[in-house]
Amino acid sequence: MDAVNILTTKGLTKAYGGIKANTDIDFALPRGKTMALIGPNGAGKSTFVGMLCGRIPATRGDVFFEGANINALPAHQRISLGIAYTFQITSVFAGLSLHENVALAARRRLGADVAAVNAKVADVLARVGLAERTDQIAGDLSYGHQRLLEIAMGLAQDPRLFILDEPTQGLADSEVEEFIALINTLAGETTILLIEHNMDVVMKTATHITVLDAGEVLAAGTPEEIRANAAVQAAYLGTSDA
Amino acid sequence: MTDSQRSQLLHLGVIALLFVAFFVLPTYHVGNLSRIMVLAVYAIGYNFLFGYTGLLSLGHALFFAAGMYGLGLSMELFDLTTAPALMVGLASALIVSAVIGFLALRTSGVSFMIVTLMFAQAGYLTILYFGSYTRGDEGFVIQQADRVLFGLDLSNDTARYFAALVLFSVCFLAVARLVQSPFGRTLVAIRENEERARMLGYNTVAHKLKAVVISGTIAGVAGAAYALLFGYAGATFATVQYSIFPLLWVLLGGAGTTIGPLIGVIFMFYLIDLSSDITSAYMLIAGVVLVLLTLFAPQGLAGELRKRVFKWMP
Repeated sequence: MDAVNILTTKGLTKAYGGIKANTDIDFALPRGKTMALIGPNGAGKSTFVGMLCGRIPATRGDVFFEGANINALPAHQRISLGIAYTFQITSVFAGLSLHENVALAARRRLGADVAAVNAKVADVLARVGLAERTDQIAGDLSYGHQRLLEIAMGLAQDPRLFILDEPTQGLADSEVEEFIALINTLAGETTILLIEHNMDVVMKTATHITVLDAGEVLAAGTPEEIRANAAVQAAYLGTSDA
Repeated sequence: MTDSQRSQLLHLGVIALLFVAFFVLPTYHVGNLSRIMVLAVYAIGYNFLFGYTGLLSLGHALFFAAGMYGLGLSMELFDLTTAPALMVGLASALIVSAVIGFLALRTSGVSFMIVTLMFAQAGYLTILYFGSYTRGDEGFVIQQADRVLFGLDLSNDTARYFAALVLFSVCFLAVARLVQSPFGRTLVAIRENEERARMLGYNTVAHKLKAVVISGTIAGVAGAAYALLFGYAGATFATVQYSIFPLLWVLLGGAGTTIGPLIGVIFMFYLIDLSSDITSAYMLIAGVVLVLLTLFAPQGLAGELRKRVFKWMP
């Protein structure tokens, strides 16, 4: 088992017909750290995490979680290993109460232990600040609150790896600040892989950054290293002669 | 009183009401109610798949017929006695629904409807093809000697009513309990958002297959009970009409509610019964009422009640 990294990929590639969305991605995610995955629109970030958690089948390449190759596992089994995933486009159970939404996430692990499930639900809803809305129907929540509910559903699984796909998209500034605080309370508790456009969020939460551009890893390192990287600056500023 | 206590009270109340009905209603309605309770079991099975799991099948007549012919043919051809024949009916529905579920769940949505419909048609034609054993459309009578269970003669009105009541109560309470269990809640999650349920780590395909088998087996038990209590098995029960009926009952009564199936069957049964007293074009009246209900109570009778008055209703 890889002591340093919780998840690694080797040569991970996704091709749609002749178009490659991801090309030979070698990636390592250090345990207990918060990694931000950044890159311009269309860089292949969502495709990449889709292949990690099994929503999108890889064309070739390998994914290792806790040292074991998980290529052959379907999505639900990867989730069962402790990979939680929140959707880029809010995807809650709109017709069910907040309590039931989070309980569904907790129940897969805690089973029929009603008391433990209820305690977990109360705990994570309090953590994201939705405790007093527990009986509301999820579909009635504002967009920002639905994003928080998504995060609560991830937390309820006590994940070993928590993948968040653009969690702050569409949030108000104050909500973004609360989100940053929330992620920082998780630091050390679990490993986080964050796809994020908001550089403020990235710089305030991430311990490591990987930059994707045109389906390939452009750079990887600490925030300081990435900030100083000329190729990254070029990709973001759009100059082609970097 | 908590919501789950209220639900339990409601369920026991419904059963008590059906029990009392035997003693207070005229014979004609008691006879109707026996039939209604068996058909309600069929609707309960259908509702489990459609109302709770969100899978719309147009092939449930196949499961109903599997139970009916499993019982009927094993009596007719192999001279089995009542209890073993009932078991054969249950087992055939279980096997048929497992096979059909395994194949049909490779599709979803409209394709699932079409595939289940086609399988059911194939089943119906198979019954006709083997007419020398099944006697096709004409069907066959279950001999009175074969309709004795645990010493009760089920061709007798009283025994029949209470047999139907026991069967109904068992299925009604069991399904009500099942849909509140973690398994049932997961099915509702699949109905609401399957991709989300999958990405919470649930094996949604396995869950749906279990739902098809449970639903199909309950439908088959209803089919076997129907043959046993009313003494007849025929290919009519395998036609597409008998796949549409449970869908209508459940839609009218309230999909995804525990009492919806019973309400739907009672409503539809008496709608046809009463309108045929008025005119021979009774399906016209029934049709208009159905259209109105669909327009103004899209969630069905129990569904609208839950939405407007009794929010706690299961």
